[in-house]
Amino acid sequence: MARMAGRRTLFAAPVLLVVTFGVFAVAAASPFDPVKAYAGTAGLTASQENLDQLRANLGVDQPLVERWWRWLTSAVTGDLGDSSVMRQPVTDVITERLGWSVLLAVTAFLVAILLGTSLGVLAARRPGGWLDRAVSSAAYTLEAAPAFWLGLLAMWFFALELGVLPAGGLTDTDSDVVTFGQVATHLVLPAAVLGVSQLPWFFLYVRQGVADALDEDPVRGARARGLSERTVLLGHALRSGMLPTLTLVGSRVPELITGALLVETVFSWPGIAAAAVQAATSVDFPLLAALTVLATAAVLAGNLLSDLLYGLADPRVGFDG
Amino acid sequence: MLSRSIRGAAAATLAGTLAITAAACSKPGESGTAHGAGDSAVVGIAYEPETLSPLLGYGKDGNSKIFDGLLTFDDDMKLRPALAAELPQVSDDGRTYTYALREGVQFSDGEPFTSKDVVFTYRTILDKKTNNASKTELDAVKDVRAEGDHKVVFTLKYPYAPFAERTVLPIAPEHVAGEQDVNSGSFTTKPVGTGPYILTGWSKGEKLSFKANPGYWGGAPKVKKFTMAVIKDDDVRATRLRTGDLDGAILPPDLANTFKDDDGRTTYAARSFDYRTVTLPTHNKVAGDTDVRRALDVAVDRRAMVDKILDGAGKPAYGPVPTDSLWFAKGTERTHDLAEAKRILDEAGWKPGADGIRVKDGVRARFPLWYLSGDKLRQDHALAYASDAKKAGIDIKTQAGTWEVIMPRMKHDAVLAGGGAPGDPDFDQYTLLQSSLAGDAFNNMAWYDNPAVDKALKKGRESGETADRRAAYDTVQRELVKNPGYTFLTHIDHLYVVDDKWSGLTTQTEPHDHGLASGPWWNVEDWTPKK
Repeated sequence: MARMAGRRTLFAAPVLLVVTFGVFAVAAASPFDPVKAYAGTAGLTASQENLDQLRANLGVDQPLVERWWRWLTSAVTGDLGDSSVMRQPVTDVITERLGWSVLLAVTAFLVAILLGTSLGVLAARRPGGWLDRAVSSAAYTLEAAPAFWLGLLAMWFFALELGVLPAGGLTDTDSDVVTFGQVATHLVLPAAVLGVSQLPWFFLYVRQGVADALDEDPVRGARARGLSERTVLLGHALRSGMLPTLTLVGSRVPELITGALLVETVFSWPGIAAAAVQAATSVDFPLLAALTVLATAAVLAGNLLSDLLYGLADPRVGFDG
Repeated sequence: MLSRSIRGAAAATLAGTLAITAAACSKPGESGTAHGAGDSAVVGIAYEPETLSPLLGYGKDGNSKIFDGLLTFDDDMKLRPALAAELPQVSDDGRTYTYALREGVQFSDGEPFTSKDVVFTYRTILDKKTNNASKTELDAVKDVRAEGDHKVVFTLKYPYAPFAERTVLPIAPEHVAGEQDVNSGSFTTKPVGTGPYILTGWSKGEKLSFKANPGYWGGAPKVKKFTMAVIKDDDVRATRLRTGDLDGAILPPDLANTFKDDDGRTTYAARSFDYRTVTLPTHNKVAGDTDVRRALDVAVDRRAMVDKILDGAGKPAYGPVPTDSLWFAKGTERTHDLAEAKRILDEAGWKPGADGIRVKDGVRARFPLWYLSGDKLRQDHALAYASDAKKAGIDIKTQAGTWEVIMPRMKHDAVLAGGGAPGDPDFDQYTLLQSSLAGDAFNNMAWYDNPAVDKALKKGRESGETADRRAAYDTVQRELVKNPGYTFLTHIDHLYVVDDKWSGLTTQTEPHDHGLASGPWWNVEDWTPKK
């Protein structure tokens, strides 16, 4: 197990290297002009001379490979450069925002996994029953519903109609202090929306897996031996039915990141996802590269995590595989 | 063994989450309630600034809350002294501007404000190494120097009448901003100024918080706490205004309309110089033809655009100067007259072909019109313009694109452009119409070339006499009737909905750019809570 984790980590380094180069290459080939993005509306009245000077100052007139190499060499010494779109060091941008995104994503993920698994088990117990039918059709609807729309709907219902939850932000809008209680209340809606938008996949996988397992010989045997329904369901069926779901944990990470982006925008959540879009449309190389490294690392870690979990849940699966 | 510890960790995480969720459930209803006293205000804005450093362009049009300029605009857009003790003394040749500075002013960190800070600010902005995209606006400045602690002298390269209007840009403290990297130092996010408000927090993507500056030279503001929530989506902003989370917000016309019958809120329509125009590039065989330009100018139904696209929140535009500005040349309004448009084209030899599209010397009357993709307002204007043109027999093909796609095509293709700067008639007109600026980045996008206009523009910027300047800009506007290089369509009002908790709310004439200090909160420091 440790060997697998170590091997994967070693493998991650070249992957990250290739990915960052890819980001620089794709960004350089994109039709967006970093100078125009930097100048914004001011660029509409700037002279060509002024824009040319900006191009030189920002260092975006240099060849792709040179730019990438310069970024890479300073990145390994811990200097991630300055973000042109945020007008501050990349490390500042990331430290200010990353934590809030992680909090949102992790909470949402737990909501999706816990809720999806429990509903899945309940539905699998009586396939075709009322609970199964209701939750399944809701899950298919949710799969198609954009997170953005869900967010607006949730805000309308809980903030406007019921008035029980805040409509956005990290803390009360007129408050300067970040307290645990405030963050917790403000986290409920965005995390629930993001979690619920991820829920269908977990629900459907668990439901299928557990239903299949209930039909398998070992489970039928357990039932025949007179073990309690609870033990059969949770001890046997869930355990083998969870296997495909564990793989899902890793593969949902990218989806979670894109979902977070929309949810962060709707709820004015001060996370990193919104910065990522700005970095991309502004061809802000240093910020874009750093964020891509982070996202890639998250995906690789997600995959590693699901493989580890898979191994733990099913002793037949080796860690070297 | 290992697997057990992982399971333990998972259980701990789970417990933690449950605790958070439980805490979340235990205090609902705490937020979303109205803010009690009238000494705190929360407003919703659509755009977040990239930086709060004046050295990088923040607040260049004045009114930045955290900072003051040498001068400032009042609600009538008249210049008033701010950090300067009085309006500047201008030398007879219009090349030297002398400012006496207000004494006893302090930055919010307690350090005194002196002429050194002024010189530092202007020199840094003009420095090639500073990534300020607006430095072209200070093109006229040759040198700036301090004379003692309380006097600053600007020398200009050429006589430039509207220079005083440029000196509304905020002054940065040398002792803070001079100590760090001007392009990315902490000053860009943690500014220190002399203004009525002090920034207390900037949670990027969420909000900017301010508190009143108790030592403000203009008197401590009555609204002690001021928050700008960053909410990009229009619908979300309207919803949060409705929940009572916000006290005011900028809204598009259709959403502002939904608050019309609300007793506790008032809608403010800010007049603006924000125009939408169609460039008619001189190098295009059709759009460059003066008769086609004149025909389009009367074929377009501006009133219908204002009523249908803007829901009435705007005015027909006949040039960059709005019809209610003091600089507007009366009598240059053009009424919608399709018959006249057809007559002009008929007389000029543009004869309708079989499909109704006019042809002259084998050239079909058609050209492409680009608009910025994703901008619904521009799209609506472009489509309406094309449909009006079609009725006169001119085929305009609308296409969406980003600036990167549009810009290289601007020499031959028409663009639906926007702009508008209220400070001085020179600001818009010189860059839009001066022939020597044709094709210089976004300046003179239509490659307009009219010697009479060039001459008038030069006179307008160099003459210090108001009467001479007025005559010059009258000439420009009358020339635009004879040869319209652009079809100006509308000037757009900006709408704001605000709770009736304060008195003294007004709006300033606004530019194209939605700055942070636009809207009724342009002078939040002067609001008084209603009892």
